[in-house]
Amino acid sequence: MALNRREFLKIMGGTTAALAFPGVIFQGCKKALEKASARTNVIWLEGLSCSGCSVSLLNKLHPDIVSVITEHISLNYQGVVMAGTGSVATKVLEDAVAKDRKDFVLIVEGAIPTKSDVFCTLGEVHEKAVGVKKWVEQLGKNAVAVVSIGTCSAYGGIPAGKSPIYGANQTGAVPVSEILKGVKTVLNIPGCPPHPDWMIGTLLHVLLKGMPELDEYNRPVMYYGKTVHEHCERLNYYKRGIFASQWGEADGCLYNLGCLGMDSGCDIPVRKWNNGANSCTECGSGCIGCTEAAFPDYGKRGIYQKLQANRGDDKQIAGNSTKGLKGGIING
Amino acid sequence: MAKVYIDPLTRIEGHLSIEMDVQNGKVVDAKCRGDMFRGYETILQGRNPVDANQIVMRICGVCPVSHGEASSRCLDDAFKIKPTKNGRILRNLILGANTVQSHILHFYHLAALDFVDITAILQYKGSVSSLLKLKDWVKNDIEVKKGRPDEITSAGPFLPRYEGNDFYIKDVDTNISAIAGYVQALDIRQKAHQMVALFGGRAPHPIALVPGGVTTVPTSGKIKEFKKLLKEVDKFVNETYVPHVIAVAKAYPDYFKLGQYTKFMSYGVYDKDEDRKTFMFEQGIFDGKLEKFDSKKIREQVKYARYRSGSNLHPLKGETIADPNKGGAYTWVKAPRYDDRPMEVGALARMVIAYNSGNELVKKELDGVLKIFNSELPVVLSALGRHASRAIEAKMISAEMKKWLDELEVGKNPRNPYSIPDSSEGEGLVEAARGGLGHWIDIKKGKIANYQAVVPTTWFCSPKDDRDVKGPVEQALIGTPISDNLNPIEAARIVRSFDPCLACAIHVVEGDREIGKFRVC
Repeated sequence: MALNRREFLKIMGGTTAALAFPGVIFQGCKKALEKASARTNVIWLEGLSCSGCSVSLLNKLHPDIVSVITEHISLNYQGVVMAGTGSVATKVLEDAVAKDRKDFVLIVEGAIPTKSDVFCTLGEVHEKAVGVKKWVEQLGKNAVAVVSIGTCSAYGGIPAGKSPIYGANQTGAVPVSEILKGVKTVLNIPGCPPHPDWMIGTLLHVLLKGMPELDEYNRPVMYYGKTVHEHCERLNYYKRGIFASQWGEADGCLYNLGCLGMDSGCDIPVRKWNNGANSCTECGSGCIGCTEAAFPDYGKRGIYQKLQANRGDDKQIAGNSTKGLKGGIING
Repeated sequence: MAKVYIDPLTRIEGHLSIEMDVQNGKVVDAKCRGDMFRGYETILQGRNPVDANQIVMRICGVCPVSHGEASSRCLDDAFKIKPTKNGRILRNLILGANTVQSHILHFYHLAALDFVDITAILQYKGSVSSLLKLKDWVKNDIEVKKGRPDEITSAGPFLPRYEGNDFYIKDVDTNISAIAGYVQALDIRQKAHQMVALFGGRAPHPIALVPGGVTTVPTSGKIKEFKKLLKEVDKFVNETYVPHVIAVAKAYPDYFKLGQYTKFMSYGVYDKDEDRKTFMFEQGIFDGKLEKFDSKKIREQVKYARYRSGSNLHPLKGETIADPNKGGAYTWVKAPRYDDRPMEVGALARMVIAYNSGNELVKKELDGVLKIFNSELPVVLSALGRHASRAIEAKMISAEMKKWLDELEVGKNPRNPYSIPDSSEGEGLVEAARGGLGHWIDIKKGKIANYQAVVPTTWFCSPKDDRDVKGPVEQALIGTPISDNLNPIEAARIVRSFDPCLACAIHVVEGDREIGKFRVC
């Protein structure tokens, strides 16, 4: 891992408080100051996104979102929830760049357009709109760590989706790792949206225990290491060769209907969405592979495609899957 | 005359900025600018029509439910199928739970910080642990800020903010009660999302919405769980959310006169039958008087939007070719018009149209609010009227959802099967939390030939149209007093009252082979 773990951890320790306060520290406030400054500064930018990751983050439980913002991180910039707006908000970013600050984690939600800055701007500096790409470049090089939240930011996602007719997408949308190539290794937390546990869990792991083990797509193995299929509530049906013929059937493996669970690293069938309410496979809709780099194209396959599999015929399944494409794990 | 910009307008979904001309302390001209463009259309063309459902949900993470619902209805229409009874009710429950979630989120987490003074928490004397935690935290952070001038910000995301005299509520108890509401609302909206997920599979981006209905079979376990959560959400809406909206209205009565607009449209929502003939909130147009709605009268105009495609086209024939450097254009948002008129959509539009259609339930609730303020209907057509409409709508939906749960047939089929036709057209209309949402599809050779979505924010954040008539937000801003050009909080309050969602507004573009030749300035 090229991500500098020591630098990352540096912001955690008591030393930071001393470094950050060269002036006199009043006796009574010392403890409070240390407590407050031990929280990691976070700047959260949105590129070509739908804000779904931000919304999913708000669904965090244990620790709840209030504890996260008051105890663990200092959320300096987050477009969806921050009180500051207009120039007050932009000043946070301007200052971070102008003062060459290096004590924050940069989180990016959404892909980054490269064909024109006009496709996505964020605030104005000297009465000129600033492209989100510029912010990512300027803040990314100084950030202690850069975290891509969501599939758009991690791999391009839907904004980078290829048109089956016209080929490349129009905005030249790329993942953050492309923008910061050779500058920073980006930690990816994909998903459309990512489960809030994945986002906060990874962040807290980094802050409290250091870098988690990552897979070849820079995703934490603890969340993405096994496939939906391996975790699936319907795995027994697959083993017994019972396949559903319609979406929503209570009994049967959804593979034949086009479920992408075999190719998607994700623990939703056991973790479940929204405090245990449901999962993609439990509700009978199947996996759409949203944690994978190949989402939503899967080559020319698209999301929903009917397939045929027989009991135990793994060869056929492998042949029909996304093997050879970025994103295939079980068959990779 | 001064140019005043709010860029970016935070606490909304997506990238929006506002440009205003301010003269003698009042807004005399305003432009709404959508600052993000992704090009959903080209991504969709040539794909399996069923894939559209999942892809268009990602137009917006705040209202994916509505996009999923509009898209499913659009595909129903194109595939010539209807949902089953269970499918219709489950769609209503998923949409209803998300709308209540959205209204709570909008009021507390997006809009309230324009009114509520977060620093009042320092005077909190009670013993609720989450509030004490917040108090300690704000206290610490303000002290950190004092000793540390180079700090990026502290008490984020609550500070920094616009600062000025009389910007925030002065009464300590009201502030603390609202801050407690903010914290509690985080939990309640999360619970409303659990309700969405129980039948929708997950939230955001519910996976179970499909053509023909919903994939989740309603079991007695899931219904029971939904009821339990609904009870809590309903209690919060009645005992906390509605009273807080009234408290803010009492503190800022001026906003009953500000941000006014008078033309409204609703597609009708919460289908009472599988043919979409009757609704809980009626379909219609209101412009001085009630008119019958006809979707054929919808057009999109692009004189001031960054597209070089044909203007004044019906969405089904819509084309959208991006032109980032088009002269005179100032936004990525198109200007939809109904019968040549810019329409406001959203909870206020739904309430006004239902009220004028003789909807007893809405009449009772809206008259209740008017009585508190000793006012008549026109007062509602304002910034505060929008907040009040959302609150009473949340109340009515919560009450109604209980009845819908009882109508579900346990264990029965939630969806009808479909087959993809070789060629067909479809239209799907639904009311998202923030207003009328329409999807149109053209299928050729079994694939998507064209897909267009006209979303609520496109309606109200629209730029000037081909005849130079401004969009609803632009018109509503004119006349707004601005006390400090560097801290234009008044304008921010007006714009937020509409609940804009910009990712939704800018998603479209039709394929253009020359698209790679953008000149980059």
